[in-house]
Amino acid sequence: MPNKTLYVQIVAIVGSLVLFGVVIDFIRRGLLKEKYSVLWLALCVAVMVLAVKRSILDTIALKLGVSYPPSLLFLVAFLFILLILLHFSVVISILHEKNKILAQEITMLRHIVKQGRDAGTSSAPESLE
Amino acid sequence: MTQNTTPKILVIIPAFNEEETIASVITDVRTNVPEAVILVVNDGSRDSTAAIAESLGVVTLTHPYNLGIGATMQTGYKYARQFGFSVAVQVDGDGQHRADQIRRLIEPIIYGTAQITIGSRFLDGGDYKPSLARSAGMAIFSKVVSVILREKITDTTSGFRASGRDVIAYYCGHYPDDYPEVEALVLLHRKGFRIMEVPVKMSERGGGRSSITPTKSAFYMIKVLLAIFVDLLKK
Repeated sequence: MPNKTLYVQIVAIVGSLVLFGVVIDFIRRGLLKEKYSVLWLALCVAVMVLAVKRSILDTIALKLGVSYPPSLLFLVAFLFILLILLHFSVVISILHEKNKILAQEITMLRHIVKQGRDAGTSSAPESLE
Repeated sequence: MTQNTTPKILVIIPAFNEEETIASVITDVRTNVPEAVILVVNDGSRDSTAAIAESLGVVTLTHPYNLGIGATMQTGYKYARQFGFSVAVQVDGDGQHRADQIRRLIEPIIYGTAQITIGSRFLDGGDYKPSLARSAGMAIFSKVVSVILREKITDTTSGFRASGRDVIAYYCGHYPDDYPEVEALVLLHRKGFRIMEVPVKMSERGGGRSSITPTKSAFYMIKVLLAIFVDLLKK
């Protein structure tokens, strides 16, 4: 069924092109930091390469025992999305820790400022570290 | 760590919506350990906990939002380090920990026999009788921790503890986020700190509820055990 295969290829190419465009536009408008866009762009490129070059897709599908090669596109996209999610979990954990440290510093600084005000001194509070 | 000068003692009281009990806890500590500085770390309470603490003239730190018990204790330890305290005691804001037991906890620290002491309800024939589910959980933690530490720890979930300078400094960099008591023991052991259990008496909770409700206890067990095993894999 060559026609059906072609259709899936076109959807994959158009889909990854649109996503690529959206990601680039988000970076341009400052909605997305470059370092968080790398995996998204890599996903687009990988899907696009496999969709355009049927020979690569067929070779890998044959090696993996995937009987319908275009479904390999979904597997690749799925693995990339898992990777992106894991990356985000790591980023969130780091943000969580940094956020906690900031909140604790604010707590301490607020206390020191209040103490200084109560004592009626204008001297700078001693640094935290 | 032996101290020639008088030890500077800080009593850290973590508090989240403890307006019913905080005043009596502060008074209790003040009566029993008058030389200690009392610090209330208010973890974004929505009630009058902070106002009561301030009106009693104790040092009060208020988090801008609720950070959880682990971060609250850590804020206390950061204060202890910054202002050069040699001993820090943590006392719950719900009235469960009795201030007349604090000296038992801090003496081994002051005399240098331990770097961290844990107040145990079970040592020396304590009459603490938790519910069946709770004692089963506590027994499991006790077994696991005792095996890892190669030392018997009877009351791993006790939050009634005292620490010396080195432990205070360590806590400033590493303190578990939630349900920190059990995990902290494993972390301290991995760093080679000398841990000692001390028999203490505790009261029934004066108000509020345990941070561990029955629905959360299964999650609590799994989270803590998982955290302990992950800690063992850390360098």
